[in-house]
Amino acid sequence: MKLKPNIATSEAGFIFNPATGDSFAANPLAADILARAKAGLDAAAIKADILTRYDVAPGQLEKDWDDLLAQLRDFNLLDGSGKWEAGSEEQAMGKAK
Amino acid sequence: MPPPTSRFPLPTSETRPRLTVAVTGLNATDSPGPGVAVIRALRETTDFDLRIIGLSYEALEPGIYLRELVDKTYQLPYPSAGTAALLARLAHIREREAVAVLIPNFDAELFNFIKLAPELRALGIHTFLPTLEQLEARDKLNLSAFGAAHGFGTPASRPLHSAFELTAAAEVLGWPLVLKGRYYDAAVVHSLAQAEQAFGRLSGLWGVPLIAQQFVAGQEINIAGLGDGHGRALSVVPMRKLTITDRGKAWAGITLEDEALLALARRFAEATRWRGGFELELIRTAADELMILEINPRFPAWIYLTAAAGQNQPAALLRLALGLPVPTMEDYAVGKMFVRYAWDLITDHTEFQQVAALGEL
Repeated sequence: MKLKPNIATSEAGFIFNPATGDSFAANPLAADILARAKAGLDAAAIKADILTRYDVAPGQLEKDWDDLLAQLRDFNLLDGSGKWEAGSEEQAMGKAK
Repeated sequence: MPPPTSRFPLPTSETRPRLTVAVTGLNATDSPGPGVAVIRALRETTDFDLRIIGLSYEALEPGIYLRELVDKTYQLPYPSAGTAALLARLAHIREREAVAVLIPNFDAELFNFIKLAPELRALGIHTFLPTLEQLEARDKLNLSAFGAAHGFGTPASRPLHSAFELTAAAEVLGWPLVLKGRYYDAAVVHSLAQAEQAFGRLSGLWGVPLIAQQFVAGQEINIAGLGDGHGRALSVVPMRKLTITDRGKAWAGITLEDEALLALARRFAEATRWRGGFELELIRTAADELMILEINPRFPAWIYLTAAAGQNQPAALLRLALGLPVPTMEDYAVGKMFVRYAWDLITDHTEFQQVAALGEL
C-alpha cells in the first residue's frame, strides 16, 4: 500500500486528497495504519505489529486488511496499482537520515 | 539617529495612489453575482487606495448597502436598454466620480460594455474585457463547435427554439437532459413532462433559444482564470464545490491541486487568447475525462477564494486594465476553503428610497 504522495493525513485520522477535494475520517486503527504506511513501514511489519497489539486472528486480519485496501482504492487514495508496494519504506528511511 | 528605512517601503494608504473603480454584479443573493466578491478582493490590493463605485440594476441588490465595501452606488439602465442609454448613464457618473477602471461582472451586460470600450476609454474609463469574437465563441450555443475547434471535450448540445423540439433533442442526447437558459439557470430533466415544464419556466425567464445539453455524470469542478489577451493564463485556481444549493450554486468549495486542471485552463487561454477573467465549469467523468460544461466570460461569484489562496485575480485584472505589468502567478494554497453564509444586512428605508427614487446612494 502506497498512498498517493499528495495525500494529507492527520494524527486525528483526517485524510485529505488535494486533487479531488475529498476528505475522509479514519477510525483510530486505520489512522494508525496509514501513518505507519506513510512513514514507510511495509505491510508485513504493520500486520505483525497489529497481531502483537490486538487480539485478532491472522485470518481475520488479512480479511480486514483487504477490506481497508479496497476502500482506499475506491476512494482513489492509493498510488499505482493499489497494491502494497515497496519504496515508500526507502523514502521514509531517506527522510530519517 | 533616524530609524532605518527600507529601500522599498510597503505602500500605506497615505502613499498609495488613489484610484476609483466601478464594479457591477452587486446582487449577493442565493444566486450571486460576482461583484461583492470582486470588490472584497480588490480591497486587498496594496497597489492603490481604492474608492469603489457600485453599479446596480435593482434597488435591493445587497452590495449597495455594504457600505464598508462600496463607497457609492449608481443604478444603471438594464442591458436591454442598449448601449446609448448605458453610455449616457456612465458619462453622467463619470462627471461625478473619477472612475478609472470599470469591471463588469454579468454575462448579459458584457456585450454592451465590450461595444462601448472605446467610448469608455475616451471618458477615461479603462476596462479589460474579452473581444466580441471571444464572447461569441464560448457562448453556450456555440460551445460544442468551440470544443471541436480547439480539442476540448464538451457535451453534445443543440439549441431549442420551442418546446416542440424537446422530443427530437432527447432522441439525440438521451435522458436525463440538461436544459439551460442562454445566460443563466439550468434544469436537469428526466422526462418529456419535466422537460416541457422546465422549458416554460426557463424560456419565460430568459427567452429563447434555450440549450439542450447531454447530461454527463461526474465530479463538478470549476476553474477561475485570468487571461492576458496574448495567450497566457496569468492565474489559474481550480475549485471543487463542496455544498451546492438547489440552484446549482456553490455554497462551499475548496481549492484543488491537479496539474491536468491547470493545463486545461492554460490551454484555453492560449487557444482563445482570452482577455480578462473567465470561469471554466467542468465535469470529470468516471473515466477521468474532463468535459467543459460552460465557459463564463467573467469572474465567478467565488472569486474571493483566489485571493484567499494567494492569487488575487481581481487585483491583477485592475493592473492589466491600467496597462501595468502582471507576472504569471504559479503558487496558491491547496485545500483553502470558502463557506458562504447568509447575513441579514440592516439598513433604513431612507437609504432604500434614495436608491429607488434617485438611482444612487
